[in-house]
Amino acid sequence: MATSSLSDLKFKVAFAIWWLIWSVLQLMVLLDFGLKPYPAFVDSIVSNSLLAATCLVISNNMRYYLPRQEKYWYVLLVSLGLSAAWLVMVRVALWTLLGADTEYMALLLRSTSLRYGVAFLMVACMAMMSLLWYTQQEQKETDDRKMEAERIVKDAELFKLRQQLQPHFLFNSLNSISALTVIQPEKARHMIQQLSDFLRSSIRNDQLLWSTLSEELTYLQLYLDIEQVRFGYRLKTEITIADDTLTMKLPSMLLQPIVENAIKFGLYDTVGEVIITIQARSEKGMLRVSIQNPFDTETLPPAGTGFGLSAIQRRLYLTFARNDLLQTRHEENHFTTTVTIPQIV
Amino acid sequence: MKTIIIDDEPLARSLVREYLKPYPNIEIIQECNDGFEGIKAIQQHEPDLIFLDIQMPKITGFEMLELVDKLPQVIFTTAFEEYAIKAFETHAVDYLLKPFSQERFDKAMQKAITQTKVLPPTASILETAAHSPVQTNRIVVKDGGKIKIIPTANIRYMEGADDYVKIYTEQGAFLKKKTMAYFEEVLNPQAFLRIHRSYIINIQLITRIDPYEKESHVVVLTTGEKLPVSKAGYAKLKAALGI
Repeated sequence: MATSSLSDLKFKVAFAIWWLIWSVLQLMVLLDFGLKPYPAFVDSIVSNSLLAATCLVISNNMRYYLPRQEKYWYVLLVSLGLSAAWLVMVRVALWTLLGADTEYMALLLRSTSLRYGVAFLMVACMAMMSLLWYTQQEQKETDDRKMEAERIVKDAELFKLRQQLQPHFLFNSLNSISALTVIQPEKARHMIQQLSDFLRSSIRNDQLLWSTLSEELTYLQLYLDIEQVRFGYRLKTEITIADDTLTMKLPSMLLQPIVENAIKFGLYDTVGEVIITIQARSEKGMLRVSIQNPFDTETLPPAGTGFGLSAIQRRLYLTFARNDLLQTRHEENHFTTTVTIPQIV
Repeated sequence: MKTIIIDDEPLARSLVREYLKPYPNIEIIQECNDGFEGIKAIQQHEPDLIFLDIQMPKITGFEMLELVDKLPQVIFTTAFEEYAIKAFETHAVDYLLKPFSQERFDKAMQKAITQTKVLPPTASILETAAHSPVQTNRIVVKDGGKIKIIPTANIRYMEGADDYVKIYTEQGAFLKKKTMAYFEEVLNPQAFLRIHRSYIINIQLITRIDPYEKESHVVVLTTGEKLPVSKAGYAKLKAALGI
């Protein structure tokens, strides 16, 4: 149910003052027409109280029933009807109170159409105002619901995108552990520890929307340590981080999939040693992270192996509403992925 | 029995070596880090059995197999479930999902030793595989002694000849021991079209379609080549180009 316009204190005060002014005006007009102060006063009070009450009735009516179609006809007819009812009530009340005053009764009869006209104007105005108020209220509620629904969908999608940990990574790591248990049990235990730390961080970070770069790098290191065991001498990483970027914020778990992508790309595209470089710097108040891997221009990565960065692109779009934050570039034998993260305070 | 282990992860290779310990008759002649080494080793040693990973540097396990003349028995070892169907299509002995147990490994070995026919893949594997795309964006060929990876975008057209297909690219023509039907299936249908029993063309390169004799047409490519279009091919061409 929409909040009533009448529940607003400011509106109540304005409404009361309005009717007070109107009563004074009517009193003055009646005095100008030569009425004595007493009947003029009674007439003004009775007419305006009843008219104010009629206005409240129509406003309340709109609160519970808002016409959808033919709304202007509805306002017109209801206003005409209510004004007529008001006229009858005023007539009866004033006849009861001032029926003995024949001079006054004559004036009352003569002013019937004028009174009716004024009452109709007032009631119609009130009806229109209420109609607009409640329509707007309803619109606002619809908008709020829509925004809430969109927000839920967006959150769900972001959550899903954050969770895109490659199961292959997990299975390959477990396979490595399986191999280590016999040849190097100590190392197997160590790798189980590393994998557990990594998985625990993944689960914890899943709940977080934002991390600082230094938190992200800790998480990334856990991941790189495991990859190091898997690929041995073939994988080398060079990480250069500007000091002022460590406390900068970025969407959590954003870098790991990019690095995973770079490692796969690099390892599957070249034989021999692969150097992955990760650089972070601050640029115009924004955080810029570049990840570079070797790349052979003559070959293409095989299709359907998750070499896409589309999930990252989508996350950045959902978070920042910008499509230009992820950039890739290949030159000679290097493929570079750069993410730019605006710092929203 | 001679065997070769091909996997880019040293620990994965050592696990296979470990599991092979109870088999004194199996001799590991070489371990390879990638498909290139794999081909060389297979040509040189002609093993009876190979253990093959799928995701490896440069070329995948499947692409490597395509280049081998005399196929040994193959046991795939991979963390990827989605290639199972394709693996069984290559007549693999078995498909081991990493990490696998000694028991599961022994079963695969049993099949390899007794040379029993390949069991059909299980329902769950079929289901996973059904969702995975089989389309390819590159083709691996042998060019003399060298291996070449051709991005499909560089292909002008293909010509079928017996059990070979000749692939015409900017870098020259290459032969590949595959059927036209195979390429019709794995090439992106948005980019390639089979216009004739013997021809698949890159749609991008069409400049003209000329009538030729009665009820027949030829396609002219930007590079000047003229290729015949069959009646069925012409209908497909019209649909693809929206004419």
